[in-house]
Amino acid sequence: MTYLTRDPLSVDRLVAEVAAPGFGGTCIFLGTVRNGPDEQGVTAIEYSAYEEMVEAEFGRLLADARGRWPEARIAVRHRLGTIPVGEASIAIAAAAPHRAQAFEACRYVIEEVKRRVPVWKKELRLDGTEVWVDPDGRPTPQPAHG
Amino acid sequence: MPATVDTATSATVRVRFFARYAELVGCSEGAVSVSLPATVGDVVRRVREDFPGARALPERPLAAVNLRQVKLDARVQDGDEVALLPPIAGG
Repeated sequence: MTYLTRDPLSVDRLVAEVAAPGFGGTCIFLGTVRNGPDEQGVTAIEYSAYEEMVEAEFGRLLADARGRWPEARIAVRHRLGTIPVGEASIAIAAAAPHRAQAFEACRYVIEEVKRRVPVWKKELRLDGTEVWVDPDGRPTPQPAHG
Repeated sequence: MPATVDTATSATVRVRFFARYAELVGCSEGAVSVSLPATVGDVVRRVREDFPGARALPERPLAAVNLRQVKLDARVQDGDEVALLPPIAGG
């Protein structure tokens, strides 16, 4: 199983992975590259990762989720590389017999990804600058060299 | 560093740097030797001494040993892979 890709994410494929006749609710989360009012002309984000650990951590994270929602089925992909504004960097599909479990499991996975999965992003801006992003979404100040 | 290292009392660990830390250090991986018993914190101190640019790394970075996040007081063994992780920003 690999949870990483450098290709555009396919929601249809994820939904197909979790679909089953006994499931009445499927929750999809897409995280997309943003150029909002707090950003300064972001054109794309370059995603990099500690890839071996991402794979291991996703395995542990999904095992934890299965422990919490044993009836749910969850699929996730994180995209790496340069992703333009508006395209998805992560897609999560959680399906369960009832919608509450699907929503809860989906929310759990994205929150745990933010906390545990070693992925980093660098904003590429219109003016040609590149800025590492910290977990709160604020740019990381470049430390002085020397 | 001594010219010879007693393998029974020291450990060589692979160290990996990512994202902004790789830019600061100027490489994505290396190796350091530490006297046993040793912790991840000891590895970080050795890295900050041995690698040009590594002084700019935080003294207490997020770290992983063998693909698992650990605290800086976690023990390391010979052959371990220690990764220094900038604040996680995925999703």
